Parts: sequence; structure tokens; C-alpha cells
Amino acid sequence: MSNSIPSSVSYEPTGQRLPVKTGPLLELENLSTHYVSSGGTRVVRAVDQVSLRINAGETLGIVGESGSGKSTLALTILRVLPPAARIVEGRMLFDGEDLVQKSDAEMRHIRGKRIAMILQDPMASLNPLFTIGDQVAEPIRVHEGAGRATAWQRARDLLKSVRIPSPETRVTQYPHEMSGGMRQRIVGAIGISCEPRLLIADEPTTSLDLTIQAQYLNLLRAHGLALIFITHNLGIVAKMCDQLAVMYAGRVVESGPVSRIFNAPVHPYTEALLNSIPRMGDSAQRLTAIEGQPPDLAALPRGCAFAPRCDRVFDRCRVEAPPEFAPAGRRTARCWLAAADSTPSDMLVQSGTA
Amino acid sequence: MAVLEASGLTKHFHAKRGILGGERGVVRAVDGISFSIEPGHTLGVVGESGCGKTTTAKLVLGLEDPTAGTIRFEGRDLQGLDTAGRRHYRKSVQAVFQDPYASLNPRMRVDAIIAEPLVTNEPLSAAEARSRVLQLLDLVGLPSRAADLFPHEFSGGQRQRIAIARALALSPKLIVLDEPVSALDVSIRAQILNLLRDLQAELGLSYLFIAHDLAAVAHMSHMIVVMYLGKIVESGEARTLARTPKHPYTEALFSAALPSHPDERREEIILSGEVPSPLNPPLGCRFHPRCPHAMARCADEEPMLQDVEGRLVACHLYDAAEHRALIRIAAGVSQVS
Repeated sequence: MSNSIPSSVSYEPTGQRLPVKTGPLLELENLSTHYVSSGGTRVVRAVDQVSLRINAGETLGIVGESGSGKSTLALTILRVLPPAARIVEGRMLFDGEDLVQKSDAEMRHIRGKRIAMILQDPMASLNPLFTIGDQVAEPIRVHEGAGRATAWQRARDLLKSVRIPSPETRVTQYPHEMSGGMRQRIVGAIGISCEPRLLIADEPTTSLDLTIQAQYLNLLRAHGLALIFITHNLGIVAKMCDQLAVMYAGRVVESGPVSRIFNAPVHPYTEALLNSIPRMGDSAQRLTAIEGQPPDLAALPRGCAFAPRCDRVFDRCRVEAPPEFAPAGRRTARCWLAAADSTPSDMLVQSGTA
Repeated sequence: MAVLEASGLTKHFHAKRGILGGERGVVRAVDGISFSIEPGHTLGVVGESGCGKTTTAKLVLGLEDPTAGTIRFEGRDLQGLDTAGRRHYRKSVQAVFQDPYASLNPRMRVDAIIAEPLVTNEPLSAAEARSRVLQLLDLVGLPSRAADLFPHEFSGGQRQRIAIARALALSPKLIVLDEPVSALDVSIRAQILNLLRDLQAELGLSYLFIAHDLAAVAHMSHMIVVMYLGKIVESGEARTLARTPKHPYTEALFSAALPSHPDERREEIILSGEVPSPLNPPLGCRFHPRCPHAMARCADEEPMLQDVEGRLVACHLYDAAEHRALIRIAAGVSQVS
């Protein structure tokens, strides 16, 4: 065989996630992506001054409602934005390289190879006209120049590692011959096929049944890579993630370690969100609903975007948007209430660096 | 007396296989299930896709006729009802569906949407209908100016309120809620769940609540039935069922439910495999190929629902007292996490 790809790479999950303690793998600094209408008259600030950090091997959950900008953020990281969207400012440091400055050709070598993404709908992300083997082998052939036989052998190994029964016959079959759970695992196998450093999963389990969800989440976690989970489901975050970023109206309103945020949320939106989910077993309690509706991104209120729905709003919130405060190590909050808890020295006024 | 009582309810669909349609299969979507809903109470139905939840809802709504079994509404069998009786039934049982973007006609004003069931069923003047619409809007927490707007002018949560107002228009006894909040944003879900509970307390409604989100079902329901491949595997009082599931499937289902807090540690049971096709369900207990406690007899003998500590469970583990000891030992060994 003329290429140097070892054909017996083991994709077997290594058990528990390895807590890799290295520097940041991906660092977003003050990143903004806006959708601009053709005449330039309407600007939708889908992602606005977002600063986030994810270390190697870590799992970051990005939570927000529809229209909060979480999916646009994922598309920004991969640089696969629709034509109307522009990255207007900021940096995305991935392994020390700024992805914003990369050319399209350079991005093609990163996408699928070093950063991979799993989309929500497994039926839409698989091509119905190609066999499973072709589709799982494709990134290996494209990115590593492997021959067909080698790539197909690795495809079989990958299918085995995502627990697809009898991978030898499955590789020659088509997506319609698979169940929903199997399709989602195949999409997962494509995602990890080139052993990326970072995997972004956009609502990876919404189309899966509960008992299948549990299988799948454990499978993703077992591979030891850095994961970004984009979801509206706080349960997934509670179960899977180390770090959490809460988005509201295009901004990260709170971020930090998951258990610290669940135990003591700083931003009233995070707090309300946590209180609004029903808990198993206490049916007597009334849920705390967040009144009002999420705002229209094209017509954001002056000041804090959450102010009209906030139950702890005061005058300043309505006129001045809060900057990102850092109340304690690796936590941030965009809320004037956090200002009282933080000393001016660790205040991050729009600079976004820690 | 129960508002609605189903006994031995069965619905089979015929499936053609192959282009020539030679071979015929039967999908046993719902296979001999029994349940009852008390006035002012909520019955929650949980299970994975293909378990027969939606078919059950359709049977209750009269959108499908049962292959076998009966549904009794206020003591009267639906099959024996005359035209007037059926009309009364249709008025008394209403539905709210999952997707408020699909369930409201985009070309009708809210006023006409909510008034439609009134106008078709009751001899009301335009002014009477209008005042009833305004009352209903108020009841679901929408301003009266909403009446003159179109559905596209509302957000998902507000649309679901409109759908609820329409369901309430004929003062029904029972509302079938099929995934009423799963299409809504997280911050809006609690609003709608609270509204549904307030309406139940105020109007004495009964609900048949179908949802994927187990915590939401447990929160809303008085009783829960758990379905697997067209059969009820367990039913009982909601809170005790959620806390101490008895059937291995219920146990796995609730252990797979996502936690509400990262510190919440649960014994996690990961089932292998997927739900088999209802076209060709496994013999014996339908759950036995995936069951961590399966025994020899599970493969050939179908378990019947039996009373276990005030609950109904269909599992051979509960056939005799010695088996009860067995499950405790097995439960201690089988945890993964």
C-alpha cells in the first residue's frame, strides 16, 4: 500500500473522558456575525461580541432559545455562513491560528479534518444516493488521501466503534435502509472519522428516542475530543458538559463551569431558565415561567436585551447594555447585577480577554 | 365515574409489502390497552416513537375506529352512539396538537379560528360568537385585540394559546394534548404548562397528555401509562411511578431521562438495540430482546398486567415473590454508569 495511513487504527472508545489539562483549543474573542440585507438597510446581530474558550478534551454546552444565535455561532466557527452573513469583527483562535483570517482553501483542510460538525437531522445530512461506506470513507479519502480499500476498511472500523451491528454488510447499504438511531450514529462516525480535535454537535439528539439518546451521548463522550453541544435542552448540558454558555439575543449572557452555574446562576435569564424546567417528582410545584417573548434581533431594545422580561430590572438596564463582567474565575455574566460582585480589575469591558 | 374509559382497545393497520402487494402484514399499533381518565385529572402517556401513543390519541378523538375493544365516554359506549350522541362526544373531546404553526389556518383571523367550532356546532349570532371569543382569549391570557390579527403575527407560545382557546370553545370535558409544548422554546414551555394546569383547576378539565419529555409528563399527570410496542407495560400514580419504576422498560426510560441538575446522579441503565418494528413484534414479552432481566419464559410467554403494590405491571419478574427477590439482586448488578 503506497500511503502511510495505518489501516488498523483503533477507534474503540477509551472509556471515560480524559481530563486533558492543556491550553485553550478554541478561543473566540469578541466575535460578531451579522446578517445584512441586500440594501444594507437591515442588520441582524445574530452573534454579537461573543468571547468563549474551550480547552482540549472539554465539553462546552451552548444553550439558547431559537433565534438566540447559537446555530449562527457554530456556522461562524466552521466558516460555512450563508451569503448574507458577515463576520464583522473578532478573532477565532484555533490551536493558535486565527480562523477568521484563513482563506476558503485553507478552511477546507480544517473542516472535517480538525473541526467536524454533526447536524440535527441525520436524514438530511446523509446523501441518499451513496452507500454508507462511501460517505463514511469520504472524509478519510479527501483529507488523508487514503485509497478506497484503506478508507473502506477504516469506515468499517468506525461503524463498529459507533456500535453498528454487522458493519461489513452495512457499508454497502444506503441511508434509507437504516433506522433513525443508526443514521445518527453513522453521522457521528463521519464526524469522528478524521479524528478531529473539536466536534460541534448542533441539537444532536432531538430526533432520537430517549433510550437511544442515552446510548448516543455516551458514545460521543467516550472519544475524548473537545465537544461543543448546541442545544436548547438544559438536561443535555447537565448530563454531558463541563462548561456552559447561555446565549440570549446573539450574546453570551453567562458562561462558566456547569455545576457552578446550575448551583448559583448570576444572570436572571439563566436563573429563570433553570427554574422553568419541570423536575422529576415534584409535580405539586408550579413552574416559574419567564413572561414575555424572546426579542426580535432586528429591533433590539436599547440597553440589556433581556430587560423587558427581567424581574430584577432597574433603570440602568433599560438605557445601557451591560458589558461582560467576570465575577469569579472562568465565569462571565452580562448583567449589571454582576457588576456589584466583581472588582474593577477583573472587569472585562468589551475586550473579551481573560 | 370516569370521563373516559377504554378497555381492550386495539387498532391494527394493514401494511402492503412489495410492489405487487402480495404479502400482507399487520401493524399492531395499539394492542388491547385499557385505561380510564377521571374528571379533572390528567392521564399521561409515555413511550418511544412507534409505541402507539399517537394512535391512542386518534382513537380517543374518534379519528380512527378501533379494530376491537371499546371506549366509553361518561359510561356510554362510543360504538353504540347515534348521530346526536356522536356530535355530543365530538364537542366534549377536543385536541391541542404539537405544532401551532401547522394547526392554525394562516388565512383565517384568530377571531374566525376560535369561533369556528362554535359556529359549526351552536346556533350563535355573530355578536354572541364574538363575545365568547373575547372571553376565551382572556382565559388563555391574550389581549382582545388579538382577535383581529392573523396567526403569523404571533410567536409560537401565543399560537399555542390560540390553539388552546379554540379547543376550549365548546366547553369540552376532555382535551387530548399531543406533545403540546415540544415545538416551543424552553422559556415559553413553562408558561403553557402553567396555563394548562390553571385551566384544569378552573374548568375541571380532564387531559390526555402525550409527550416525550418525561419530567413534563410527571409534572402534569395524576396517572401515567407507559407504552411499548402497542402494549401498556406499566401504569400507576404519576409521582410514585416516576420515582420507583417497576417494569424494566420504565426503569430504563426514566433513568435515560435527562437530569435537571448536574449533581443529580442516577443509576443509568443503557438499553441495547432499538425498538423493534411493530410489523413483526418479538414473541412473548415484546421487551425481552432488550431487557436486562430477561428470563427463558419471557421469550415465549406474554406477561399480563398484574397488580404490584397498587400499580399495574406487565412483567414476569413480578409473577411470584421469589422473583421479587431476584430483581433486587439483578438491579444491584446491572448498573452501568
